[in-house]
Amino acid sequence: MAFTTISGREIAPLYSPADVATLDYARDLADPGAFPYTRGIHPTGYAGKLWTMRQFAGFGTPEETNARYKQLLAAGGTGLSVAFDLPTLMGRDPDHELSLGEVGKCGVNVTSLADMEVLFDGIDLAAVTTSMTINSPASMLLAMYLVVAEKQGVSWDALSGTIQNDILKEFIAQKEYIYPPRPSMRLVTDTFAFCTERVPRWNSISVSGYHIREAGSTAAQELAFTLRDGIEYVQYGIDAGLDVDTFAPRISFFFNAHSDFFEEIAKYRAARRIWAHVMRDRFKAKNPRSWQLRFHTQTAGVSLTAQQPYNNVVRTALQAMAGVMGGTQSLHTNSLDEALSLPTAEAATLALRTQQIIAHETGVTAEADPLGGSYFVERLTADLEAEALAYFDTIDRMGGMVAAIERGYPQKEIAESAYRFQQAVERRERVIVGVNEFVDHDGERIGTLYIDETAADQQMARLQRVRAQRDAAAVARTLDALQEAGRSDANTMPALLDAVRAYATIGEMCDALRVVWGEYEEVPVI
Amino acid sequence: MTDPKIRVVIAKPGLDGHDRGARVIARALRDAGMEVIYTGLRQTPEMIVSAALQEDADVIGLSILSGAHMHICPRIMTLLKEKGLHDVRVVIGGIIPDVDIPKLREIGITGIFLPGTPMQDIVDFIRKNARSRVDTL
Repeated sequence: MAFTTISGREIAPLYSPADVATLDYARDLADPGAFPYTRGIHPTGYAGKLWTMRQFAGFGTPEETNARYKQLLAAGGTGLSVAFDLPTLMGRDPDHELSLGEVGKCGVNVTSLADMEVLFDGIDLAAVTTSMTINSPASMLLAMYLVVAEKQGVSWDALSGTIQNDILKEFIAQKEYIYPPRPSMRLVTDTFAFCTERVPRWNSISVSGYHIREAGSTAAQELAFTLRDGIEYVQYGIDAGLDVDTFAPRISFFFNAHSDFFEEIAKYRAARRIWAHVMRDRFKAKNPRSWQLRFHTQTAGVSLTAQQPYNNVVRTALQAMAGVMGGTQSLHTNSLDEALSLPTAEAATLALRTQQIIAHETGVTAEADPLGGSYFVERLTADLEAEALAYFDTIDRMGGMVAAIERGYPQKEIAESAYRFQQAVERRERVIVGVNEFVDHDGERIGTLYIDETAADQQMARLQRVRAQRDAAAVARTLDALQEAGRSDANTMPALLDAVRAYATIGEMCDALRVVWGEYEEVPVI
Repeated sequence: MTDPKIRVVIAKPGLDGHDRGARVIARALRDAGMEVIYTGLRQTPEMIVSAALQEDADVIGLSILSGAHMHICPRIMTLLKEKGLHDVRVVIGGIIPDVDIPKLREIGITGIFLPGTPMQDIVDFIRKNARSRVDTL
């Protein structure tokens, strides 16, 4: 039987010059730092600057998470990355019916500016870069961050960081959506316009394939849907009247690092080549920074096993190595216990150490694109590119990604791949060490983080204090103004900033817009 | 004549949208010959129990990854009792800390499936434990 990658791609027993005969070095690869950036966006790779070691963290109360951030920074982490809990991601206050049992469980709970002030207490926002994994209410959390900066006396010009703000992949994969696709896209373009003008160093979107892959897509589908989402955002930005070169340089990407080593490296290389052509040829961008695909990488959470959890350290290290050899700009390495719970402090430190070992001990940082020119990797890169471009054609014919999502197209493609993979695991065509082969029935146990209800109680208490102490008339006035902005064509960001300054809660701000735009409900299909 | 197919309601309670597991298992149960009703996302305990009642379900399968299970499961079990649905089996799949497993068993959740469980084990469990539809003939 032919060897196949984890995505089901058949691999020939041997690749040779014939497989790369049509490749032209200057046209298709080029030196690192030169169009189409297949070999990387920096001429010197990591020699000039290492990737940012950005460990995603958040749990319980803002106080607990603030302490974890300080620990990660003290251990040599170079950027912050906020994980929010489900009520925050879904724009619900802790006392909403659907927040029952969810407060502080999957991330930190942030309900109002009061929580954000605690979350970044003692952390100089001019000195760190912060990534916030927030999508439907991305503009609300950005507004809170900006107001915290204001209070710290840090100018918005000096702020650097990212909001994920990628609503399309929510409809496609992660499913944390609030409003229907079209008004959701309007919130995204509002942040593009606002950040371009007022927060110039902020990355206003991180177009994410990570969750698409975690939901079960193949590598090619991750590549195709993510970049096609990117095209959709650029098109919406242009349609909203923005000049492509003003906002495109602030678009960044976020990919998964799964276990199939060479396929992953080829995926990152293909992504850079495709995006460079899309931006230059399809959108006629003139600024080379608009052509350069910058990306964050996270190792594959879905590959972690609850069985024999120490094996996850090895999986994560190999996946991280693929991200680095693929030229990532920043990296999160998962902790060994994440199939069981959010990570303990010890597990999170080990995950960071894994990156530091790759960076400082293995020598893989010495050369940009060390696998460039490999017959195998070049062939894989070209094949993945061709497969992604074929998906672009299909989606273009449907009328774009929003239309494709409304038809459920990417959702169905991913569900098919997920089911095929699971069947292969069941049939043991695909080996998962410790799960369907090399099983150890005794089963080692590790200590895990258990989040009890104290966080929920504390967050509920702070919410009550905030409601009692704030100026209720100012809250009502700013929420009315927000609703008005939602009804008109005005940018919603200034109204959100005013609401945040008045300590309006995330639930109140999201509700104000729910009234105008309604809520999205997916048709459940299996 | 009663259809002898086992009827399963698969539900995603709470705010979490990670539905890969729920959808894969729904398909596996359907391919194994069961009648599967997938509720979709963000179901309250009330909605799930009402779906089970309307669909004449033999089994409710819950997928919970977020850590909210100790709030959601007891509520579902109470509502099932209130509606007289004593013989509806409730099974759960997801990330369940060890300390919570005995508590879930105590309230009557008999099938608890952790990460890495083969789909076939879940199919077999449901076949063995679901109330028999043929007996009602």
